[in-house]
Amino acid sequence: MPITTAYETKIERISILDEKGNFDEKLGKGLIPDADLVKLYEAMSSCRQLDQVAFRLQRSGRMGTYPQNMGQEATSLGAAYVLRKDDWMVTCYRENCGLFWRGVPKEAILLHWMGDERGNAMPKPHWVTPIYVPLGTQMLHAAGLTMAARYQGKAGGGEDRIACTFFGDGASSEGDFHEACNFASNLKIPVVFVCQNNFWAISTPSKINSAAPTFAQRGIAYGMPCMQCDGNDLFATVYTMKKSVEYTRQTGLPCFVEMVTYRLGDHTTADDATRYRDKAEVDAWKARDPIIRLRNYMVARKLWDDSKEAALAEKIEKENADAVARAEGIAAPHRADFFDSMYADIPTDLAAQRDTMHTHSLGQDPSQLPPEAQERARQMSAEAQAAHH
Amino acid sequence: MANLNLVQAINLALIQEMEKNENIVLLGEDIGVNGGVFRVTEGLQKRFGEKRVFDTPLAESGIIGLSIGLAMGGLHPVPEIQFEGFLGPAYDQICSHAARMRSRTRGAFTVPMTIRIPVGGGIHAPELHSDSPEAIYAHTPGLKVVMPSSPYDAKGLLVSALRDPDPVLYFEPKRIYRAFREEVPEDEYTLPIGKARTVCEGTDLTIVSWGASVIQCMQAIEKSGKSIELIDLRTIYPFDIDAIEASVKKTGRCVVVHEAPLTCGFGAEISARIMERCFLQLEAPVQRVAGFDTTMPYYKLELDYLPDATRVVRAIEDCLAY
Repeated sequence: MPITTAYETKIERISILDEKGNFDEKLGKGLIPDADLVKLYEAMSSCRQLDQVAFRLQRSGRMGTYPQNMGQEATSLGAAYVLRKDDWMVTCYRENCGLFWRGVPKEAILLHWMGDERGNAMPKPHWVTPIYVPLGTQMLHAAGLTMAARYQGKAGGGEDRIACTFFGDGASSEGDFHEACNFASNLKIPVVFVCQNNFWAISTPSKINSAAPTFAQRGIAYGMPCMQCDGNDLFATVYTMKKSVEYTRQTGLPCFVEMVTYRLGDHTTADDATRYRDKAEVDAWKARDPIIRLRNYMVARKLWDDSKEAALAEKIEKENADAVARAEGIAAPHRADFFDSMYADIPTDLAAQRDTMHTHSLGQDPSQLPPEAQERARQMSAEAQAAHH
Repeated sequence: MANLNLVQAINLALIQEMEKNENIVLLGEDIGVNGGVFRVTEGLQKRFGEKRVFDTPLAESGIIGLSIGLAMGGLHPVPEIQFEGFLGPAYDQICSHAARMRSRTRGAFTVPMTIRIPVGGGIHAPELHSDSPEAIYAHTPGLKVVMPSSPYDAKGLLVSALRDPDPVLYFEPKRIYRAFREEVPEDEYTLPIGKARTVCEGTDLTIVSWGASVIQCMQAIEKSGKSIELIDLRTIYPFDIDAIEASVKKTGRCVVVHEAPLTCGFGAEISARIMERCFLQLEAPVQRVAGFDTTMPYYKLELDYLPDATRVVRAIEDCLAY
């Protein structure tokens, strides 16, 4: 019997504005109106500056561990620019640029890293999920969220809403990533899976997280159309997302995108990347910086100049400083908050813990103590309650 | 009023609540076309359609993760985990997300979800089909853990779970799925999550139990011939410590019975609370009749592992003689 081909495919790689400034007119012309381009550039610059502010906040003890987004601004921004306002955006933690474009307040992100859950109380109008720590688990939630939206039809906001979910090269090793791809493709759920391949998962190079030549091809196993793009090229990320979002919205089926980018900073402020990677590699990627690349293009097209750059820098500095002030100015959380937010209706037992701030029974039930000790116990509980307010 | 077994009572509760609330959807392995390996969801896909009752790929973490997303998106999903032994792969989604979403987001996102899980031993099944992990989930803040012991309770508790805004693990004791029938009203009724039931009253000793073990306790009470008060906890978390306290203050003695292994089983928590609240009224230390601290054996030795009426009678007698 002659050997036949069971399956064959190829994966396209999109590059429109490269690091040398070459621009592909065929793919790029008219893709992003000039007015939008300027706004997008401002958004990337603002995100970069806030990243640097956040780094300094951590180093000066005003914020906890923080993962810099530096170098990856064009990935989530390209997606957010293309997605509809009410498409779910389910992210990891290096998608700040896209979240801010969607209108998520900057202080919400800052509050999260300042150890305050109120930063996660993402209001519905933004249709984003909060930052969570477990990696690779959120894509299943993206599938469920959009399946629910479609199930609810008009009540859920329309039958053509989709979800776009982000994860890294490292997270694509997690079991839940594979389960999410499998569920979305088999149950026909409209999710655009976006893998930000930034080459490093803390100190683990991406080649340890996949032995295949691309991350894009992970989607092939699940029957999804897959694309790869230069994630440091805003035109390429927009083009790729346009194609992907259109496909998913029209067919109701998932697809897969790999955006090739680079983590210019350390994994977080608690990491020291000089321990495991070469300066030469980092320098090579600095030359591919998405913001500088776009600025050079805009200058060449006379859309931008030094005085505009200076004005922008001043504007951004003030806006971001205001965001920090809002985050730091928030009233301290109540001690009762972490009890009251466990359930819709707090169990009696838990309420007793909240009201006494004790778990030991004699502290919770003063009537078990001898009479002379009871008054003191009641007073201490009253003080604990007063401290809630 | 019909006489229903546990499977029928659960099936009826699902039908009635799904008719009232179109946001309830069922999902899991083999629950749609096949009606579930125990036939608990029999007929539901035909009745409500594939959009509301659907079969999933074989992946527990996926089932629960998808359900969490459905719940965050405004539905009330009822995923089934086919046997309690397969909760393992779903543990992260349950404990890192379902249990935490409300507190993590200060209520902006919540997870109204009811996970249905057949639980417990005694059906001569292969490994990981006979375990009792309720204590693990009772120890995870943010979840509710329910385990009925009878068809009447099962319907009332399930309806409450389906209306609860928070994630509920609804454990179904599989060895009593078809063991007996009792009167189950077709009319709507609920049983509150967090409230125990006094099965029978007594003065000499209190037994606290839940799930299928309640049957063994009833048999033991008859064999012992003593005046014993039996409390069926019904909800493991949040649990009805007030009912237990009132009873033990009356009787002065307590035996807790559960299939799950002894060490760190939920009986340990009950024992600690009784010690705290009834210290001066206790006539004897709280006794626990539980599974041994071993892996559940394969079914040839299953009955040597499970707490039976004989072991419970012995604990009653030792406790009374103290």
